[in-house]
Amino acid sequence: MMDSRIIQQLQTAFPDLTASEFRGQTRVVAPVESVHEVLEALKEKFAFDLLVDITCVDYLYYPDAEDRFGLVYLLANAETGRRITVRCFVNDTDPTVPSVVGLWTGANWLEREVWDMFGVCFDGHPDLRRILLPEEFTAHPLRKDYPLQGRGERHNFPVITRAEG
Amino acid sequence: MAVRGSWHGRPRPCESLDTAEGGCATIVELPEGVAVTKLDELVGWCRKNSLWPMPFATACCGIELMATGASRHDLARFGAEVFRFSPRQCDLMIVAGRVVMKMLPVLQRIWQQMPEPKWCISMGACASTGGVFDTYSVVQGIDRFLPVDVYTPGCPPRPEQLIQSIIDLQEKIQREDTIFCREFDAPSRQQLPRALREKGRGA
Repeated sequence: MMDSRIIQQLQTAFPDLTASEFRGQTRVVAPVESVHEVLEALKEKFAFDLLVDITCVDYLYYPDAEDRFGLVYLLANAETGRRITVRCFVNDTDPTVPSVVGLWTGANWLEREVWDMFGVCFDGHPDLRRILLPEEFTAHPLRKDYPLQGRGERHNFPVITRAEG
Repeated sequence: MAVRGSWHGRPRPCESLDTAEGGCATIVELPEGVAVTKLDELVGWCRKNSLWPMPFATACCGIELMATGASRHDLARFGAEVFRFSPRQCDLMIVAGRVVMKMLPVLQRIWQQMPEPKWCISMGACASTGGVFDTYSVVQGIDRFLPVDVYTPGCPPRPEQLIQSIIDLQEKIQREDTIFCREFDAPSRQQLPRALREKGRGA
């Protein structure tokens, strides 16, 4: 199969890469040090030219999880429709992964969303600001240790009464 | 005390009568086709039959709001069909849908941009209470930060319910005074909800 050849070639280039296949979908786990090179190789050499999505999973209360944040890069080959999932894990205090805006310009807003919701920092991002939540928001609400009902942000507004118009 | 009478060309001089209480009442001959009322009643009547809604539609309630304004339910029957998308031209804000914390300052600003007199209908469960969205970002009822006149229950409310809310609001506007928009006999109104009042009347 085509995917197994890709994995073989990738693993010769990056020995610390683990790959698996589940129901026809190929998944690759790369260490955070080499994830940028892996993505670059997938784009340049293996024609996965389309970055479908960047997202993140917080494994804080997950049983048997070793690392906290799992970054997920979904790539596709626009010509053949083949897809591949690349993951890398980062941990607390200062979760940082290299930015891939240099490879795909469309990663700009995707990385901003992951920063906004999970607080994962993207090293080398040109404009790492919040994208969905207001600027003055301080937390990263999709982290599992953030309470569902927030920390009172939704009640923090001036009250307009009839008298004030 | 006013008595209607016939009028032939010019008003007749008024007569004064001594009343039993010792005061003085004046009988005024009114021309044909002239009615006497209170200014507050007249202004309230004009206001309530010419509401200009500002549709603040953020979710599925907005679809029902559009259906209310469309031909089948025809909000024009109640004098409130002129939806304007500029708050400067509106006097009734219909908040239809959930309001998130990023949207609330916008909502407040739109409310402040509307000229007086103005009223607000909180349409649906989300605008009134937050509904099922008890999360960090959704405001749990716009009445925490804005004055609301009428709440419409439902998820989303049917157009009939919104029309009923507008009729209720018209009742309320009719009772308001002209200058300060203060509601007359508000306590008696709060004694019983409208549905219960009607139930008592029917029994």
